[in-house]
Amino acid sequence: MSEENRTSLVESKGFAFLSPEVVASIQDYFPRYPNGRAVVLPALHVIQESLGFVPKGAVLELAQVLGIPASEIEDTLSFYQFFKQDRPLGKYRIWVCRSLSCALCGGENLLEHLREQLGVQPGETTPDGRFTLEAAECLGACECAPAVLINDKLYPRMTQEKLDSLLKELP
Amino acid sequence: MESFEPVLLANIGKADSHTLKVYERNGGYQTLRRVLTQLSPQEVLEEVRISALRGRGGAGFPTGLKWSFLPADHPGPIYFCVNADESEPGTFCNRVLMELDPHQVLEGTIISAYATRATTAYVYLRYEYPLAYQRLSHAIQEAYQAGYLGKNILGTGFNLEMFIHRGAGAYICGEETGLIESIEGKRAWPRTKPPFPAVEGLFRKPTVVNNVETVACVRHIMERGAEWFRSIGVPPDPNDPRDPGSFGPKLFCVSGHVNRPGCFEAPLGIPCRQLIEEYAGGVRQGRQVKAVVPGGLSTGVLSADELDTPMDFSGPIKAGCLGLGTGGVIVMDETYPMIDFLHNSCRFFAHESCGQCTPCREGTAWALRIVERIKAGRGRLVDLDLLLEIADNIGIIPGTTICGLADGAAWPIKTAIRKFRGELEDYIKHTNPHGWSATAPILDLAHETNGSRSETTSVGIK
Repeated sequence: MSEENRTSLVESKGFAFLSPEVVASIQDYFPRYPNGRAVVLPALHVIQESLGFVPKGAVLELAQVLGIPASEIEDTLSFYQFFKQDRPLGKYRIWVCRSLSCALCGGENLLEHLREQLGVQPGETTPDGRFTLEAAECLGACECAPAVLINDKLYPRMTQEKLDSLLKELP
Repeated sequence: MESFEPVLLANIGKADSHTLKVYERNGGYQTLRRVLTQLSPQEVLEEVRISALRGRGGAGFPTGLKWSFLPADHPGPIYFCVNADESEPGTFCNRVLMELDPHQVLEGTIISAYATRATTAYVYLRYEYPLAYQRLSHAIQEAYQAGYLGKNILGTGFNLEMFIHRGAGAYICGEETGLIESIEGKRAWPRTKPPFPAVEGLFRKPTVVNNVETVACVRHIMERGAEWFRSIGVPPDPNDPRDPGSFGPKLFCVSGHVNRPGCFEAPLGIPCRQLIEEYAGGVRQGRQVKAVVPGGLSTGVLSADELDTPMDFSGPIKAGCLGLGTGGVIVMDETYPMIDFLHNSCRFFAHESCGQCTPCREGTAWALRIVERIKAGRGRLVDLDLLLEIADNIGIIPGTTICGLADGAAWPIKTAIRKFRGELEDYIKHTNPHGWSATAPILDLAHETNGSRSETTSVGIK
């Protein structure tokens, strides 16, 4: 699909949530799969990356882009707790691993510490929109226990002190 | 075993080991070239079958046999999926391979796809591996440019497209039919089998799903031969006609209360004790081992007097565990309470149950509620029997669920209670001096605390 066609799809449908760029990124996945339904997961990632969450309106628009019922997207979306539906993620999504290897090395204490420091429960975002705290199940970084993943970067062998200064230093 | 030479981790530690240049300089893609130009797909399959390679992702199913279930002369397409959804607590060897030697994974995948006549390969990669995603994406790009992927690979007429499909934080996607459903854009509910994926898999076409480490092994089998592979590890038990043996090198991840946690390559059959003491530098602060998870959380626990268990596919089973699993060894020292182990394990599986089968969805959540109550000082001795009753009735083995997640939830409960019952009973008596002997039905903790809901109550159909 040419750039023009993509833009016209967005304009003709009057999309409020999905920008032409987002639609284009989603359509880039089409050649990889034999049908539109298989593009749901990559598309949800593109949308969450762009909007910070996947609001209802974006689901309805995605249904038109993929040519499948919105209910099928909703069915998939609601299964993967990775996607937020109510409000955008914070600038930094902090995953604190609490599975066994990390728990043995203090992971649960780190989570508790951040819960107090940030004043939010796992799954919630601070009112200033800066941090989203998440309790992670095994991050697959057990040799770095306790491990913390912040957006795309893994922080090995964390302590409360290291976390505190890290969160202050983040831009 | 004295002359064991690591192959899977051979490049790791070299500078820029993730780049094509370094991989090729160390002999990379020579095996692919030889396979594509000199061998038929059937000959590759035969070599892998003779090697008796068993899947490294947890179940240990013979790889050659799995491939042989594909229908002959299928018009296609046939799909090849690499299971890189590594999420079993205590396991990170696939991450190490993808981050530090991604081309080894690609070469193994391309050879495996050739053997299975697949023309599209999807790498199902968990989202929490951003560096592996970057490295693997870049490696795929390099492989396309070098002519190892795409149309007419190395001029042989073999075509293969490869794509990464990123997950979204669900453990169940590591189950091969859950993985297939997830690529199809659906909730990752495992399928009832048969039909097996080899007959009707991804997009209803014949499909093979193999673990990252398994395809890496394929690359080395094709370089060094099935006989080399069979010279490492443990031969079949002569008294068990169904035992295919445990051949080849294996990556073991050792973590928890050890001095040098890490990913180590060793022959299958190495004693668990040797992994802990020699490879991982022993228990921290000179303490004693209390319990060890041999192969990822779902396999259960070994007690301190079971550490001579050989780490092959049947060793941990003989010690009462679910199996070798992923080879993810988690060491707990004498200071760690087993009730905390039970709680951590039950919470994990209750959280990760996909919600499709009632015995798993309800059983894992119920077990967690009981363990939470025990931990909070409201336990009764009969609760341990109740936990065992739940554990004995959820899973494929008792025949109540579609996939093995519930079996994985059950084994930590069964092994912890059967091997550490004394400690757990002491905990209950000590923390609930007036109520430990009660036997009457009891309300959940959630009901007791004014109806405020524990985190378990959010578990259910996702």
